[in-house]
Amino acid sequence: MSLPDLRGATAIVGVAESDLGEVGPDRYAIELAAQAAGAALAEAGLNTRDVDGLFCAIAGRGMAPLDVAEYLGVRPRYTDGTMVGGSSFISHLHHAALAITTGACDVALIVYGSTARSDSGRGRLPSGPPELPSYEAAYRPRMPITGYALAAARHMHQYGTTRTHLAEVAVAARRWAALNPKAFVRDPLTIDEVLASRIVSSPLSSLDCCLVTDGGGAVVVTSAERARDLPRPPVYLLGAGEAHWHRTISQMPDLTVTAATESSTRAYAMAGVGPRDVDGVQLYDAFTINTILFLEDLGFCAKGEGGDFVSGGRIAPGGALPVNTNGGGLSYCHPGMYGIFPLIEATRQIRGEAGERQQPGVSIALTHGNGGQLSSQVTAILGGQETL
Amino acid sequence: MTGFAPHREYTDRLGTGSVPYQTCDGCLSAVFPPRVICPRCGATELRWSESAGLGTVYSISVISPRDALPYPVVLVDLDEGFRMMSTVVEIPAEDVRIGARVRARVDQDGPSGPRVVFAAEGRSEGES
Ligand SMILES: [Zn+2]
Repeated sequence: MSLPDLRGATAIVGVAESDLGEVGPDRYAIELAAQAAGAALAEAGLNTRDVDGLFCAIAGRGMAPLDVAEYLGVRPRYTDGTMVGGSSFISHLHHAALAITTGACDVALIVYGSTARSDSGRGRLPSGPPELPSYEAAYRPRMPITGYALAAARHMHQYGTTRTHLAEVAVAARRWAALNPKAFVRDPLTIDEVLASRIVSSPLSSLDCCLVTDGGGAVVVTSAERARDLPRPPVYLLGAGEAHWHRTISQMPDLTVTAATESSTRAYAMAGVGPRDVDGVQLYDAFTINTILFLEDLGFCAKGEGGDFVSGGRIAPGGALPVNTNGGGLSYCHPGMYGIFPLIEATRQIRGEAGERQQPGVSIALTHGNGGQLSSQVTAILGGQETL
Repeated sequence: MTGFAPHREYTDRLGTGSVPYQTCDGCLSAVFPPRVICPRCGATELRWSESAGLGTVYSISVISPRDALPYPVVLVDLDEGFRMMSTVVEIPAEDVRIGARVRARVDQDGPSGPRVVFAAEGRSEGES
């Protein structure tokens, strides 16, 4: 039995963020999720009564779909709580397309919230039994930073990538953030400042690492047919692909090659496009090395050439390939699971609604999620009406 | 009923000073961390072996706590064909290099019980 043809079969019809940044100690993750859900549904011209498919993941909450459904008062006939870290929401988009296309639901709500920043210091983090014995903990890695640092060190060793290359990524993200009024950090940043910042887990410094913020997001998906009757221009899912090969960093076969090679191959094949057709890229930049690895693994440059590729402002405003135009996890927002935000930004870029940071003529956007320690990789390709 | 408990078996063997790992008779893979099924071929009969303890540093990150000495976290490729996270002792953290040859020993006083650590083993491999 073959998969249903997903290309252009479903569309995103509403997106929204909640309050972002630091929301204060008296607010809860589920409230941010619900705030975003309300706004995304309103944009779609729908309300919670229309939702019959619920997709959500919240770090530390094993039954997040139950909590969120009760809170919103939705009664889904299809629920998916897939939790593959920060890649979960792009995975949810893929799953929602499958569910809608096969008739399992009509209106899918993908939703996320976190108060990661406000939680620090108020001891809300749950600690359950470990899922597996750890063969890493005895060496006191600072996870997740050390996992990404080991990948960066290996990439530098094999390909001559430098800390300056990594710094280019942080500076590009900051320059985009300066154009986004919702970005958490917007002051100018130079390569020298990145190089001079404190090394946390070598070769990564504090400015190679994402923010820790609060934030929520929501995305509403429905069939292409129904989408045409709704207020906003539909943003179609053209292709999606998922892959994961490991969870713990010591089990990653080659620290310079991620499963994004495989997830993107699937997404491109379904969409019938290649990297050259992509107008804008929104990817999961939890650390500066991510952007370099993913640009390689998604086919925008050859393996090992990511450092040179990002140099000279090529991915910054005015560069040849704009990447993470919202400012990314490095400068805009990162509540622990960033993956819903690149999806929201890709949608806005295709709709031409990204304000000062809008790129001209985006008809195909690629959005990529990462989870764990370069573990779960999910790629989606979105397009406007003209791409069908 | 008590079944095969590979993690317990591993820690017991580590406690005797050995560097244990498993091997699969089906596909001849080295298997680490311990488990009940071969992740390469799916065979469910895995045998315990003892590593000779020689390996090569695959990657390294040095962690610099604000209030303590820097320490290295490494991934080591053991010559038998498995990889583990560990640390390198007896030399300054910043002197540990990718490609360096290292030799394992069991540190019986690790933070959570016995753990495998590595010391520099003379020559370095000209690995690219
Ligand atoms: Zn086997």
